Amino acid sequence: MLFTIFAILTVAGAAAAMSLRNLVHSVLALTVAFAGLAAVYLHLGAQFIGLAQILVYVGAVAILIVFAILLTRDAGATSQSILSSSWIGNGTVVLVIFGILAWAIHHSATSQRVVLPQPEASMQQIGNALMLRFALPLEIIGVLLTVALIGAVTIAMREKKETR
Amino acid sequence: MTPLTSCLLLSALLFAIGLAGALMRRNAILVLIGIELMLNAANLNFIAFWRYGPNPEALTGMMFAIFSIGVAAAEAAVGLALIISLYRHTKTTNIDEVNSMRG
Amino acid sequence: MGETADQFFVTLQHWLVGHAPASLQPILSSLLSVVAILGVFALLFAITTVLERKGLGRIQNRYGPNRVGPFGFLQPIADGIKSLTKEDIVPHAADKVVHFLAPVVLVLAAFSLYAVLPLGRNMVLANLDAGVLFFFAVSSVMELTIFMAGWSSRNKYSLLGAMRAIAQMISYEVPLILASVTVIMAAGSLSTVAIVEKQAGYTGILPHWFVFTPWGFAGFVLFMIAATAESNRSPFDLPEGESEIIAGYYTEYSGFKFALFFLGEYLGMFAISGLGITLFLGGWAAPFSFLAWVPSYLWFFAKLLGMIVVFIWVRGTLPRLRMDQLMNFAWKFMLPMALLNLVTVAVWHFLPQGVLRWIVCGLMVVVPYVLLGRGLTRGWKLEKRVYRFAE
Repeated sequence: MLFTIFAILTVAGAAAAMSLRNLVHSVLALTVAFAGLAAVYLHLGAQFIGLAQILVYVGAVAILIVFAILLTRDAGATSQSILSSSWIGNGTVVLVIFGILAWAIHHSATSQRVVLPQPEASMQQIGNALMLRFALPLEIIGVLLTVALIGAVTIAMREKKETR
Repeated sequence: MTPLTSCLLLSALLFAIGLAGALMRRNAILVLIGIELMLNAANLNFIAFWRYGPNPEALTGMMFAIFSIGVAAAEAAVGLALIISLYRHTKTTNIDEVNSMRG
Repeated sequence: MGETADQFFVTLQHWLVGHAPASLQPILSSLLSVVAILGVFALLFAITTVLERKGLGRIQNRYGPNRVGPFGFLQPIADGIKSLTKEDIVPHAADKVVHFLAPVVLVLAAFSLYAVLPLGRNMVLANLDAGVLFFFAVSSVMELTIFMAGWSSRNKYSLLGAMRAIAQMISYEVPLILASVTVIMAAGSLSTVAIVEKQAGYTGILPHWFVFTPWGFAGFVLFMIAATAESNRSPFDLPEGESEIIAGYYTEYSGFKFALFFLGEYLGMFAISGLGITLFLGGWAAPFSFLAWVPSYLWFFAKLLGMIVVFIWVRGTLPRLRMDQLMNFAWKFMLPMALLNLVTVAVWHFLPQGVLRWIVCGLMVVVPYVLLGRGLTRGWKLEKRVYRFAE
């Protein structure tokens, strides 16, 4: 029941994000979708992932997208309708793809699985896993984030004009 | 309908919405939003299988989701830097108009 | 007797909840805690507005408000009536839905920060395993609401103020989180209750608070500076400074929505002070072992009031920082200091107890501070100011 509410919220947010004409409204709807997903993760018992989802996606990625929208605004992008012009085509594509995936899920082995009790995922275990078994991916992702940071700054930097 | 199936269906729906948006919208930033939705749908899959699948003590699904969130954030940063740089050159974010290399 | 006074509210809650059927008891217990938090912190907000205005007034050599009630202490009631009865003006071109939602989401997020703060012994609303992470996640939601407020007003001043505020908040989030990570490393847990319990205990009469260690002191100073910047308070209040940009991102808000923004900002300030107290100042623990008979919640609120007084004092004393000075300070000074602090806490953990580790860690904190400070200010020519026309 709780899962249904979160699922409807997430899907509504995602659908609004992809079909609204106003870009900032679209990003705010995406934020609602992220929050709905974080609620689903918390409902499934993955506390760390749910909170990390809010911290990273809502607190950083959404703000990044908002900054990019404000830096790349076309002047005078006013139009009367709320939804974009291609929302019927979008909806058809969504239904086709979802239909195929739903058929695959329905006929797979996952629909007959027994439900296990709630697994334990305390912070100590996650920390242990990150430091012992998954230490190499941790280091690589540190390097990746540094490279992405330097790369993003270099790409978006204004080129110095030599002659005025 | 088991809880695992409902999670997988939600993830499939989010993926479909993200994919359709990334393919059919013309604004570059909306394409990026679609990509982020697809990555989130995949994360949900990982967490669902961690919770309802065999051997959840290994925390593999959760670890994959953590790293996927990190990679998605890095890729969003670089993608948005590219969009900003493109806007500075061509004064538009409409990806249909950025076709000056077409023969 | 000290025990019953300390657990007075806990036993009161259990007694009240005991009247309900067993299936509803957890929900009713949480609901009671939520109502108590709402009431207490809204009252603290009212007291702080008066304290701030009178305190700033005295610092600036004038009385604060002194008409309403004895020494002006009923001023919040007058402020509340004013903000409730003022006309709610929404600009014609504003985005109505987002304009309405921004203060609402801000206050929601600000109130939910108190869920993980232990206000006394056994007095935490949600003992989450990842309490500190929850705190930072929710405070990053507050940044998005500031953008919503600034953008929906369709006003260049609002947008500029919102952009500056967000840039400042995300820049200072990094030293804030790094300073908290040092405490998490020392305590070995992300749960706020576990961190407070790690700081309980006394050697002689002195407490084991983390602020009384070299890395803890450096971390506490970094945390407090970053907390001042996160709450957009002076000297970091460029986004909302009245002489700079009218009122920044809440220029177009009037009446009750403006009061909600004010409430949200002050609640954020209390919450982050509360987190600083939990992480560094020992939470609800008494400062000396012979004072442990005073109830734990009184100690928490006494420390909170002390920090509010320091915030007000700093606001009245220091001038406002410019945007580039702000950003330079965050990225070039605070971030390296926070990273070095991480190394210091690791060295502290692995050295044996005694004078050696105090000396080593003390040097590891002081020497980079002096070197970095000298290095960054080398190009500045700071000399005595000469007034051309006022001599």
